Amino acid sequence: MTGDFFGPQGKIKLIKGRCISLIGDDIDTDRIIPARFLKCVTFDSLGSAVFEDDRKDLKGKHPFDLTINKNSSILIVNSNFGCGSSREHAPQALLRWGIRAIIGESFAEIFYSNCVAIGIPCFTMDKISINTIQEKSEKGLIFDIDISKAEARSSEGKFKLEIKSSSKNMFLSGEWDATSTLLNNSNLIEEKIKKLPYVQLNEDFSK
Amino acid sequence: MSQYTLFDKVWDLHKVADLPGGSSQIFIGLHLIHEVTSPQAFGALKDKNLNVKFPSRTVATVDHIVPTDNQSRPFKDILAEQMIDTLEKNCADHKIRFFNIGSGSQGIVHVVAPELGLTQPGMTIACGDSHTSTHGAFGSIAFGIGTSQVRDVLASQTLAMNKLKVRKIFCKNQLTDGVYAKDLVLHIINQLGVKAGVGFAYEFTGPAISELSMEERMTICNMSIEGGARCGYINPDETTFNYIKEKKCSPKNQNWNLAVKWWKSLVSEENAIYDDEIIIDAAKVEPTVTWGITPGQSVGINQKIPELNDLNKDDQFIAGEAYEYMGFNPGQKIKNTPIDVCFIGSCTNGRISDLRVASKIVKGNKVAPHIKAFVVPGSEKVAKEAIHEGLDEIFIQAGFQWREPGCSMCLAMNPDKLKGNQISASSSNRNFKGRQGSPNGRTLLMSPAMVAAAAISGKVCDVRDFLK
Ligand code: SF4
Repeated sequence: MTGDFFGPQGKIKLIKGRCISLIGDDIDTDRIIPARFLKCVTFDSLGSAVFEDDRKDLKGKHPFDLTINKNSSILIVNSNFGCGSSREHAPQALLRWGIRAIIGESFAEIFYSNCVAIGIPCFTMDKISINTIQEKSEKGLIFDIDISKAEARSSEGKFKLEIKSSSKNMFLSGEWDATSTLLNNSNLIEEKIKKLPYVQLNEDFSK
Repeated sequence: MSQYTLFDKVWDLHKVADLPGGSSQIFIGLHLIHEVTSPQAFGALKDKNLNVKFPSRTVATVDHIVPTDNQSRPFKDILAEQMIDTLEKNCADHKIRFFNIGSGSQGIVHVVAPELGLTQPGMTIACGDSHTSTHGAFGSIAFGIGTSQVRDVLASQTLAMNKLKVRKIFCKNQLTDGVYAKDLVLHIINQLGVKAGVGFAYEFTGPAISELSMEERMTICNMSIEGGARCGYINPDETTFNYIKEKKCSPKNQNWNLAVKWWKSLVSEENAIYDDEIIIDAAKVEPTVTWGITPGQSVGINQKIPELNDLNKDDQFIAGEAYEYMGFNPGQKIKNTPIDVCFIGSCTNGRISDLRVASKIVKGNKVAPHIKAFVVPGSEKVAKEAIHEGLDEIFIQAGFQWREPGCSMCLAMNPDKLKGNQISASSSNRNFKGRQGSPNGRTLLMSPAMVAAAAISGKVCDVRDFLK
């Protein structure tokens, strides 16, 4: 069901790639992947549809269409990126286009946790540093991101990144692919369901 | 760090373990699924050779892709048919309860679960849909998740999560006539901003909230996510208990009293500690309308669209984008803006009380000649009740189309779409660029009563003029 695409696997420690800058606040998941592309039972065909309406509008001038950004893998965004719908199709489309890490001023909550769940680290930085990197990206900027040190190295020098410590640990240990970690506690899960008052008090729940 | 709030109590109760990375493993009491965000999750289970751990704690319905004019199978749209077919197979294979079209209980997932009594105080509720926050109206901790997390809940009935902070939003005084829950929540989002809620659960409280019916409370919690808060909730009270009582899946007999006693014990303590507290004056809220491309870009009906200088520096960039996209001028009045399409429905405002309120405005009037107006009940139960009360006739006589239940033009993954740069008056929750199916379509969010009034007058107007 997952098709031929080979996404991130296991421990994620280093990400190297070209930066691509996308300017704007509150870029919602409807814009990242319009709803009509959600009519699918696999994520396979989403990569080419990323930002489809915005790209059509800009007729070849959208960052995702510029030649200089071809093969970029580190997306630089502004604030509240990924707000709106919970559709994992949004980070899946970015992933399939080639994005492996995102650096921004701030991220919407569900989008952020979807990124963790599929192995795309999201880092934050203050507005001024983001603006600096966005400017440099437009002329071509390669980043070497070290997740454990939370820093990005480049020919322009080092940049300090912020990442939640729990997310950082999850990428370094491979635990971001959470299913097996969660199932390790099967016994505790069985104990928990027996103790929940509403499970006990509700014989009609499963009607 | 918050303490003694409902959020803290429910979180602690559901914590299974602390995970090595520093997050918590949280048990999910009720898992809701629909056709759009679940197929890939079932696919991943299959790839990993896993089963659904507790099938009785997952419930399915179909809402996003269903056509609202003709629901006979197979659907005309082959992809839509493939999606419902996949959900049917997945539910049958894993023995998951599925409220399909024609079952009498199908509808928008956030309308269906409360009306079946599945949504109860003290639960953790997850669904692959951001408006899962709706269920917080009952004093549950409910939040949207993505497809990989749907896979995790199916496989383990748990999620890896970080605890949220809690912001108390105290709504003092009362809403005035012609001002509804939708106006209040649009006003709150406008005041706090669309990103203020990131990292927070919102607790809505105060006299204006206590007075609201369960359906109005759902409208409020539904839109917490539009303010950035993944989860919003209201402490349960008699209104909550009365709503749940006698519902199909609610506790019965001697268990009912025990359940109510337990639910009462979950309410935030008087000495609870919050991470943040703010006060909103409900009496000052006017009928509210969005003018831009985020749900935070709204004004009272008698106000003007803000000028750049009226706004915070941080809000100016997106405001510039909004003026251009919407074709509005800064300083322009929102009142009298001509409308093309009127949509009453969605998980925000597609419940029976919404249709009742809107039908009162519509009764005896006619939809303005150039307007396409339609009503989409939130569920089969809502439709049945509305028809029983004769509301469908009132709408049809006035020139509205009466449709079958579904998400419809809230997100336009079905045949209901705006065309070109049409403007809609919509009772839904998102006015994002392209949201209603046309890449340059425009959406003005407002209460269902305001949509009804706009349909009659052909332009944005003050519903209070209809109530005189
Ligand atoms: S009505 Fe709209 S917001 Fe609600 S679940 Fe359906 S598409 Fe999502």
